[in-house]
Amino acid sequence: MDLLTAGLGEIAGAVKTKKISAKEVSKFFLDRAERLDPKLNSFIGLNPKLLAEAEAVDQRIAKGEDPGALAGVPYGIKDMFCTKGLRTTAGSKILENFVPPYDATVVARIKAAGGLVMGKLNQDEFAMGSSNETSFYGNVKNPWNTDYVPGGSSGGSAAAQAARLCAASLGTDTGGSIRQPASFCGIVGVKPTYGRISRYGIIAYASSLDQAGPMVNSVADAALSLEVLCGKDERDMTSANREVPAFSKNLNPSLKGLRIGLQKEAVQAGGLHPDVQKSVDQSVAFLKSEGAEIVEVSIPLTEMAVPVYYLVATSEASSNLARYDGVKYGFRADFPNLSAIDLEEFYSKTRGQGFGKEVKRRIVLGTFCLSAGYYDAYYNKACQVRRLLRDQYMQAFQKCDVILSPVATSPAFKLGDRISDPLTMYLNDIFTVSTNLAGLPGMSVPFGFSADGLPIGLQITASHFEEQKMLNVGAALESAAPDKKKVPHVY
Amino acid sequence: MAQTSIDRAAVEKAAKLARLEIDAPETEQLTQQLQNVLANFEQIVKVKTEGVEPLVTPTDIEAEWRADVVKVELSAEEITANAPAKQGHLFAVPPVV
Repeated sequence: MDLLTAGLGEIAGAVKTKKISAKEVSKFFLDRAERLDPKLNSFIGLNPKLLAEAEAVDQRIAKGEDPGALAGVPYGIKDMFCTKGLRTTAGSKILENFVPPYDATVVARIKAAGGLVMGKLNQDEFAMGSSNETSFYGNVKNPWNTDYVPGGSSGGSAAAQAARLCAASLGTDTGGSIRQPASFCGIVGVKPTYGRISRYGIIAYASSLDQAGPMVNSVADAALSLEVLCGKDERDMTSANREVPAFSKNLNPSLKGLRIGLQKEAVQAGGLHPDVQKSVDQSVAFLKSEGAEIVEVSIPLTEMAVPVYYLVATSEASSNLARYDGVKYGFRADFPNLSAIDLEEFYSKTRGQGFGKEVKRRIVLGTFCLSAGYYDAYYNKACQVRRLLRDQYMQAFQKCDVILSPVATSPAFKLGDRISDPLTMYLNDIFTVSTNLAGLPGMSVPFGFSADGLPIGLQITASHFEEQKMLNVGAALESAAPDKKKVPHVY
Repeated sequence: MAQTSIDRAAVEKAAKLARLEIDAPETEQLTQQLQNVLANFEQIVKVKTEGVEPLVTPTDIEAEWRADVVKVELSAEEITANAPAKQGHLFAVPPVV
């Protein structure tokens, strides 16, 4: 078995039938990470107990037990997920020394299915960024060209996965943080419906938008991962009490009779990089040739999605990040003179020194939007537009099964190109944020390369809880993707 | 709605409300950047929203009842293990006025 190309089901099957040991699988990826990651900086930390935990899986198999669907599969975990006993920083100095006493529900689910935590992956600080340049632990590089960003905020997950430093990875997506880096690094990334996956133990950025999801090598791997990750959790009130379909077994790339929506505004807006446009055009031609019906849909309010997203997300963030006070956990500023200090100064200094620039920018913007005199004009207005936007999506999904669009306006951009201009960086999220605002499932599937050799992803969006339709179209596109055997420069 | 209504004083006020220390050059830069950002974001004023109920949670979620059962999942030792300073099982902070 070639572990560089093997699917997750294949790896787990081989481990269970003792064709390969879980320890050998983990050792293979660990060696790659130790050898190649210095070029990428995708890991913040490796799990020092990985090989011992892999051996424990092997011992269970030796005793005749079935560890589960992910037996011996090492997952790289974005540093937003709490991992028991393993440092979890959210890419921030303020959590530099934080060791969670419990696992996030999704991490516990991976372990319960026989999967392994390989290590913690780099990210934008508190998932606030689209280029992985806001991490306190240094920027991540794109394995296809190390002068370029891997995207963000799950940039470490995307880079590690593309370079095959882990078998699978987990990301979080608040406004595109799974889909955009997946597109920039040429992997499959899925953000399920809001509520499909428990948010318990995921460090909160914007609670009404945050969702976790798999970042993997294939649509089949995404489907299998989702079966493990999804489901009701009594610890998260917003997790959905819905049956989880057998996504991987039901995977069906047949497109006959499917209605694929193309959004009028996205097509007409222009401004797309010509290579991205080419990928979109090629995919539409393929979908038509396979018997899908292409229908035009209109969601005019997507024009407002970036402002609405940033107003809502920063407002929620300013509230969520109030918990970092230097008392119970995390960084505390140094107060050498221990005579009476001002309580406000205690908080302000700790937070001022503990948070990075982008996080401070978003806390100030969010606090401003929620403050007396501005709440109605900004936060409340944004929430009203958000409802209208969701309504427009619901109307569009009466005319089509899924909507196809680009993930980003361009392939990956160069490190340093946009970091000093927040507005340009924010506008980059135009195609991904609507999905989070409306709570819809969305995914990125690689479909071709730019003339410069950088991957390009296409986005498929479906209606609430219709992940299966989305995965099916994803599988079809995956089968027709140009140059899919190409591997990154760092590999 | 006030247009590009964020100025230096508003940034300072928001930072104070958020208990976030930012120095003078940072305040200056933030003011400029946020003016730029809000000038773009204020286009949402164009959308007619009279009588629209704000959407806060994107999927329909019903509150569920559960039994109110006391569970001990973490020990005091585990809970205080990450404290920057502690005494026994108490979080220690500098004396404040």
